[in-house]
Amino acid sequence: MDPFLLEAIVNGILLGGVFALPALGLNLVFGVVDVVWLCYAELVMVGMYAVWFLYTQLGWPLPLAFGACLPVVALLGVLLHLLVVRPLLAAPPINQVLATGGVLFLLQGAMTLIFRTDFRSLGVDMPPMEVGEIFVSGTKLAAFCAALLGAAVLWAFLKFTYVGTAIRAIARDREVMPLMGVDPQRIYLIASAVGGALAGLAACLLVVQLDVHPFVGLSFGPITFMICVMGGLGNMLGGFLAAFLMGIIVSVGGFWGTTEFSYVVAFGFFIVTIFARPRGLFAR
Amino acid sequence: MSAALDTRAAPQSPSGGTLELSGIHAGYGDFQALFGISLRVEPGEAVGVVGPNGAGKTTLLRVISGLIRPTAGTLRFGGQDLARTPPHQLPALGIAHVPENRRLFPHLTVEENLKVGAFSPAARAHFAERRDRVYDLFPKMKQRRHQLAGTMSGGEQQMCAIGRALMCAPRILLLDEPSAGLAPIVVKQVFDLVRRIREEGLTVLIVEQNVAQVLRVVDRAYVLETGRVAAEGRSSELAADPAIRRSYLGGH
Repeated sequence: MDPFLLEAIVNGILLGGVFALPALGLNLVFGVVDVVWLCYAELVMVGMYAVWFLYTQLGWPLPLAFGACLPVVALLGVLLHLLVVRPLLAAPPINQVLATGGVLFLLQGAMTLIFRTDFRSLGVDMPPMEVGEIFVSGTKLAAFCAALLGAAVLWAFLKFTYVGTAIRAIARDREVMPLMGVDPQRIYLIASAVGGALAGLAACLLVVQLDVHPFVGLSFGPITFMICVMGGLGNMLGGFLAAFLMGIIVSVGGFWGTTEFSYVVAFGFFIVTIFARPRGLFAR
Repeated sequence: MSAALDTRAAPQSPSGGTLELSGIHAGYGDFQALFGISLRVEPGEAVGVVGPNGAGKTTLLRVISGLIRPTAGTLRFGGQDLARTPPHQLPALGIAHVPENRRLFPHLTVEENLKVGAFSPAARAHFAERRDRVYDLFPKMKQRRHQLAGTMSGGEQQMCAIGRALMCAPRILLLDEPSAGLAPIVVKQVFDLVRRIREEGLTVLIVEQNVAQVLRVVDRAYVLETGRVAAEGRSSELAADPAIRRSYLGGH
């Protein structure tokens, strides 16, 4: 195979790993709370600013800045739930979407006010590695491994803990949960914190690859939503697999054309999928 | 808060706690389903609630487990007022409710369903021991413990739902139509099981449309009609009552 095409496919898989985290977080929150966090990519954006600020402005060591980013964005997820989502739990879905969409603009505006619209870079990079005939970015490979590790920890949490099992249960039947001794409000709060922490982890992995600016969410937010819908909203495994599919499509599309063209291919593929399988590629 | 803690800390006999409803009114929005229901279940008793569809039987159980708040009347268990207790604290107080249509989590395995049933902190510490007890009671559940609950037969799902409710070591078990949708032979198995559970000393309140079967299992029963208690008495008396035979037992 053409080594450049192979390189594009490998890069696509690495990219898919990073797309997978926000897709998992969005699906987790939607599956449990039944509300779409339209501002999810902006939570990631705030996390990216947090890392950038702690590392370049306050001079924290990078691992410490990463370590602080997760709880900061998890707390943001909790606040989003308490202040915006919880009061609207019984409201029509359109009101919930508009409210979390409002938070999207609020976060963009707030970051513009604080940090202006400059592109901020962490300025760290790991040397590329030569594997056979192709070059792989060390940064992307490290981000990919961290994403897989994050996904594995999430899986173990959902599979083996009481709270994780209740999270999987509540996604199917919320009304019966109190009979099990489960307070649904508490599970919503935990899911929001975990969803926020996943956005925080995604922020750590993206901030080493992309410059931060208030509108950086646009470069991965729409594709995250596409991935979730393609995998079937609320279907975590479907979203995880769709992330890799989308990563490869974007990367190979970019290999044959430009980056802009690759997004045209990705959205075209999305539209065709959604006509063919309206409930998602992996709907049962 | 302190009341809930006191109850848990207090030494309790396995069957302790009288369930007492007095003058309960309840409904859904503008629709009133229960009109002044009074009912009493003593520790160790098995009590049935029978009556036609729409009589308010399911609503009655939902009121007891806090899913619906009564608009009037008092509701006490073991002397504690339940009207202000959040429903998710009831399993820890010893009230377990097997809801209508079982409501298992079909995409979780049998054992995961039991795990959700043991969610309350007090129950988690006893998970393995109670799970093994449920498997003793239903050997079939042990064989199928890694199977998805939704792939089992209706009778097995009912066993699993009862097992899930037993995971909180209840003092009283509320059963809503355990025989619904099951083949006659499976219905018999379910009622045999209820008999075994109550022989172990567990208090049972069972709502049923299958009046003939339930009267064989319970000590006493209430007949509910359009949200009111139309009759009550020992099962033998009710089974012999000509009006009840005519309405519910297909007798003449």
